[in-house]
Amino acid sequence: MTEPPLLDIRDLHLSMTSFDGEAHVLAGVNLSVRRNEVWGVVGETGCGKSLTGLSISRLVPSPPARYLGGEILFDGRDLLSLDEAGMRNLRGHRIGMIFQDPTTNLNPAFRIGEQLVDVALAADRRNPDILGVAARAGWRTRRRAARDVAVRTLAEVGITDAAERIDAYPHEFSGGMRQRVLIAMALIGRPDLLIADEPTTALDVSVQSQILALLAGMVRDHAMGVILITHNLGVVAKACSHVAVMYAGVIVESGPVAALLRKPSHPYTRALMASIPTSGVRRGELKGLPGQVPNLIKPPRGCRFAPRCAQAAEACRAGPPQPVDLGGGHMAACLKPGPAAEAA
Amino acid sequence: MLLTIPVLLGLTVLVFAIGRLLPGDPVALAAGPNATPAEIAAYAREFGLDRPVWVQYTSYLTGLLGGNFGVSIFTRRPVIEDLIAYTPATLELVFAAMALAVLIGIPAGLAAAVYRDRWPDYLSRVAALGAISMPRFFLGLLLQLAFAMWLGWLPLGGRFPLTDDPPRLVTGFLTVDALIAQDLSAFWTACRHLAMPAIAMSLSPLATIMRMMRASTLEVMQQDYVMTERALGLSQRLIVTKYVARNAISATLTVIGLYFGWLLGGTVLVETIFDWPGLGLYATKAVVTQDFMPVIGVTLIIGTLFVCANLVVDVLYGVINPKVRTE
Repeated sequence: MTEPPLLDIRDLHLSMTSFDGEAHVLAGVNLSVRRNEVWGVVGETGCGKSLTGLSISRLVPSPPARYLGGEILFDGRDLLSLDEAGMRNLRGHRIGMIFQDPTTNLNPAFRIGEQLVDVALAADRRNPDILGVAARAGWRTRRRAARDVAVRTLAEVGITDAAERIDAYPHEFSGGMRQRVLIAMALIGRPDLLIADEPTTALDVSVQSQILALLAGMVRDHAMGVILITHNLGVVAKACSHVAVMYAGVIVESGPVAALLRKPSHPYTRALMASIPTSGVRRGELKGLPGQVPNLIKPPRGCRFAPRCAQAAEACRAGPPQPVDLGGGHMAACLKPGPAAEAA
Repeated sequence: MLLTIPVLLGLTVLVFAIGRLLPGDPVALAAGPNATPAEIAAYAREFGLDRPVWVQYTSYLTGLLGGNFGVSIFTRRPVIEDLIAYTPATLELVFAAMALAVLIGIPAGLAAAVYRDRWPDYLSRVAALGAISMPRFFLGLLLQLAFAMWLGWLPLGGRFPLTDDPPRLVTGFLTVDALIAQDLSAFWTACRHLAMPAIAMSLSPLATIMRMMRASTLEVMQQDYVMTERALGLSQRLIVTKYVARNAISATLTVIGLYFGWLLGGTVLVETIFDWPGLGLYATKAVVTQDFMPVIGVTLIIGTLFVCANLVVDVLYGVINPKVRTE
């Protein structure tokens, strides 16, 4: 605990206005990420994991979004207090992002090189080391340098013949290659924090593991902190050092991957793990979690998981449970944490 | 592209038939009020109009293959000569109007989308509604009243003063020819004559292009790649003017192509009001006297230009959208 965390999200509350009313979509998210840590954020669709990622880059359109409270400390500075220009100074160059669908996240009308060069030039304006050319260098020199950096980055993410492929259009690449291009775009500004929102969901299983291996290598080489948003616990087990499980806008359990997967302590985490099909399971024996995700416009007053929880007691419905430290940074927001109750 | 030929052939049949089915006797009209029936018959024979319609039609078609568009029964001039003289004037007007519409409409549409629901957007909406609702000829008259009659800044009509020598004919576009001849005062004169009719013609396509550009820009701004571009630190200005604009223009391009054809056909009123010596004015005079050869000639020329405009649009799609190019 010597080095302060790179990113420290403290009690973040976010609401979204919709036709039906105001939904309290993030209700006190706490997450801190250090360099060299890969945090997997898991949860089902709509649990707020992507919103958490987008909030860090301040890319949630507001309105309809409204931050009700909390802070997002990045290098000690609260991102929620920055204006758009201040955020732009961080995006790409301090905070990189990779999104889910590589087919829709590259601009189809431009060569990939064009897009990479512009990202490199924008990042270079904040950190002149990126291109390594003098500040007074002319436009032409800077563009040429940016192109060289782009070729190097493409090669780094495993694109063969990068010097030629850089002039190709996105539709001339396969899905996996496009995701590599997006990773290159996110890395070209040498960010300290990388947020990857379901980077492998749209890809084949075999390509998935290649991309995960690539990301792992990048984290090692660049000493980044990473937030890997996914709904796949297998991806977490394979690629992450830490994991945070989200449910209905709250992080219900978090900690080092090994401890958490060995000893899941929140009932939701256990249900999530029980629902993973394994090769031994016979047809018709897949376990699901009964009930539905709560309506966030009128969320339950107490624990948001209580309505679906088999062990919920009166106390669980009284107020939101505070995270309990189970040792070694393993936290669970539950009044009765621990696998002991599993038998019940 | 091969479809052009049957389309143009169909046009000739249609116009030929309509010309003959209309009531009235163009030959008698052309021969003059005092002509005797014998003189009228002789006149008809001179132009081959006494033959059956299908014979006239086939001989017209064979003539077309040799570039012969027939002869006006009024002026006795070959239609092709008139077309060569008038087409550049119309094209110059249409190009000028289209350039105004595109150069103002596209940035204005982009701005309206970026400043959605703020004053640039409201301003553009009101202006577009006004521009679309205003009939071109009425706008033309208002312009003449304001700029020619009251303010006296611009000439009332015409293309070039009859008293001056126009620049040496090269392209037929007076503005271009003046530049080629390096005659700046002639260029200025040509521009002053071109201004009002071009503005009158441009307003309606300008409004439509602006609205289309606004709609497609709003759609493109919702795309995932725009989020990625923002997330990676590109400035809003770069994203909008470079990455969004190119994607948004391709939808607007279709409208531009269609409007080009619409303007070609729509020059009639504006050319009449501004006394602009182009195809529209020429066709109006021919229609009034039921002089069919010029009418068919103008129809064919406008049809061909329309097809060419759409071909250019198809090629531009490929330039803007690399996916179209490879397919």
